[in-house]
Amino acid sequence: MSAREEVLGRIRTALGETRAPVPEVLRDYRATDDRPADVLLDVLVDRLEDYKASVLRCGPDDVAASVSAALDAGLGAGWAPGSVVAAPGLPDAWRPGGLDTDDDRPPVRLADRAAALTAVAVAIAETGTLVLDGTPACGRRALSLLPDCLVCVVTADQVVGGVPEGLARLDPLRPLTMISGPSATSDIELERVEGVHGPRTLVVVLVG
Amino acid sequence: MTTTPEDLRTDQTPLAPGAPRSGTTFLGLPTAPRGVGHLRGDRSFPDAARDALRDGQLRANLGHATTTIRGKRARVVAELPDWAQLRAAGSALKTATMARLDEHLEELERQVTARGGTVHWARDAAEANRIVTELVQATGSDEVVKVKSMATQEIGLNEALEAAGITAHETDLAELIVQLGDDKPSHILVPAIHKNRAEIREIFLRTMPQFQGEGADRDLPDEPRRLAMAARAHLRERFLRARVAISGANFAVAETGTLAVVESEGNGRMCLTLPETLITVMGIEKLVPTWRDLEVFLQLLPRSSTGERMNPYTSTWAGVTPGDGPQDFHLVLLDNGRTAVLADEVGRQALHCIRCSACLNVCPVYERTGGHSYGSVYPGPIGAILSPQLTGVEDNASLPYASSLCGACYDVCPVAIDIPSVLVHLRAEHVEAQEKPTAESVAFRALATAMSHPRLWRLAQRAASLGRLLSRGKPTMPNALPFPASAWTRSRDLPTPPAETFTSQWAREHGGRK
Ligand code: SF4
Repeated sequence: MSAREEVLGRIRTALGETRAPVPEVLRDYRATDDRPADVLLDVLVDRLEDYKASVLRCGPDDVAASVSAALDAGLGAGWAPGSVVAAPGLPDAWRPGGLDTDDDRPPVRLADRAAALTAVAVAIAETGTLVLDGTPACGRRALSLLPDCLVCVVTADQVVGGVPEGLARLDPLRPLTMISGPSATSDIELERVEGVHGPRTLVVVLVG
Repeated sequence: MTTTPEDLRTDQTPLAPGAPRSGTTFLGLPTAPRGVGHLRGDRSFPDAARDALRDGQLRANLGHATTTIRGKRARVVAELPDWAQLRAAGSALKTATMARLDEHLEELERQVTARGGTVHWARDAAEANRIVTELVQATGSDEVVKVKSMATQEIGLNEALEAAGITAHETDLAELIVQLGDDKPSHILVPAIHKNRAEIREIFLRTMPQFQGEGADRDLPDEPRRLAMAARAHLRERFLRARVAISGANFAVAETGTLAVVESEGNGRMCLTLPETLITVMGIEKLVPTWRDLEVFLQLLPRSSTGERMNPYTSTWAGVTPGDGPQDFHLVLLDNGRTAVLADEVGRQALHCIRCSACLNVCPVYERTGGHSYGSVYPGPIGAILSPQLTGVEDNASLPYASSLCGACYDVCPVAIDIPSVLVHLRAEHVEAQEKPTAESVAFRALATAMSHPRLWRLAQRAASLGRLLSRGKPTMPNALPFPASAWTRSRDLPTPPAETFTSQWAREHGGRK
């Protein structure tokens, strides 16, 4: 008998011939968050800052300037545009001039870039979570991982209240990366240290 | 370890398929085989715990860590007004998953396969190790990077790979500390919790190439930040050259074939994203039926585990995605005793565990004895019910007694596993398994009845007559250990119960908490 048949057979034996009915799952937890949109933006900012991310807020016409300011904050003034690599589908209006664009280079060649710039698919206010879904505006997974500084642009219409609303907007077949603050560890005496392997600096530009 | 996975085939399984299982459980399904993996300790819990109790440094490190994390968890759980509803939904979802486990696994297999992944089934640890070893060999690589995973620790994968000439690099900071220190993990979530910063610094200086040799800068302060950066430098180049990665999975969605790994450091993302080949080893109980179900577990897990609203990184993937991440994905579905657990209607809820480790952090026994005393990769309250079921209770007979039945583990468990009841159930099963009606087995049968209710049990502990009934030898245990564990040092050498029961001592030291 194949291992597959054997394991499935063991499960059927374990569950018995007359199976217990499947219990009903009550979903009486909060599925939506009724707080007004501007409150949710404030919650998102609060949570992100609690995770040691920096947040810059701006209007729809000032995104590129805010991204520049975000890169100043993450890298220090005087960063070279060529050392920042942007997701290929990022709107032109959001990009400061001279940025490098991610192409088909081997992923490890992103490691020598100082910063990456991406959009997000969804942002969850309650948990301070940004979700990247691998579409061209978010970029491939290595892009938001290897450079030491990550700048994400979030628009107000992408912000939802809680985890259920966030997951409902996502495509489970895409490779998803949920980011809540910069990389962190608490493995040494439970003292939190930001930045081990992933980006050590996370700057969020919140539009709207 | 010199044996190869082939030498450890299933002929050493304690129970062959269909063999009757001891005690009251109705069926015989094979438990995890002996001789492979890390579910059995070299010593019984009381023997190991006795040494741990003498180690003041260990107790101080553990006490600090568990107190800190308990506080954080309580704060973020209190933040959610619907925690009770989420917990009930989590519990019901797991029960529902187990009730149709075969169907969900078949669906998962279909979905993963449809998206370019390959699914493998492993009856036990030896078979899983063999599958993974062959998959790595097929890539031509002699090293792999690993994401921290309980399943691969359970099956002893690193040792099996080493026997085949493949080096496995742990990349989680705590796992790295444990690996470099030639040590064993002592906690599900923070495996190096028993080490303080000075001990970690010493391990790094001793083992990391960047601190070796002529002219190397050996100036490494013991600040956590500096230690973490040393680990970053140590692993960076490994990540960038790795061609094969091995991970576990926190969740798998049957409906879509989506796998999920929850982590903090980004080492998981490195392993899941950069190599060409990804091999994920997952216990067959880890799946959820639908994508929507993750909305429950992604709220329950981080708050229970690290006391955060959300862990820094969660990665999900379904099969392979052209141009993004590994182009060769293998999923190994592992039984290794899980179906035997499933066969026990009371004990099967141990399979609901999402490995958050909250029960460890509140356990008065764990806090004093540490994770190593449990002998298995699963320590603490969940280990006390899971390990004996995976191995057969006869192979971990002391673990169901490694608890004071105070109930704190049940209160914090995000999926409401009734650990005290399962402990009592396993104690009864163990007593049933004592074949000959010796004086001890008669006494323990009486005890099992008393232990069937925690309050009754506490009453019984106070009753001197019970102590006299069991008392044969001299006291051999420090009285900081719970009485049941101390009583079960050896069935042939029963000590006098301590003057003060563990439960009452706990109550005295912790302000009358029950
Ligand atoms: S038994 Fe419950 S509390 Fe313990 S690790 Fe598992 S899920 Fe967490």
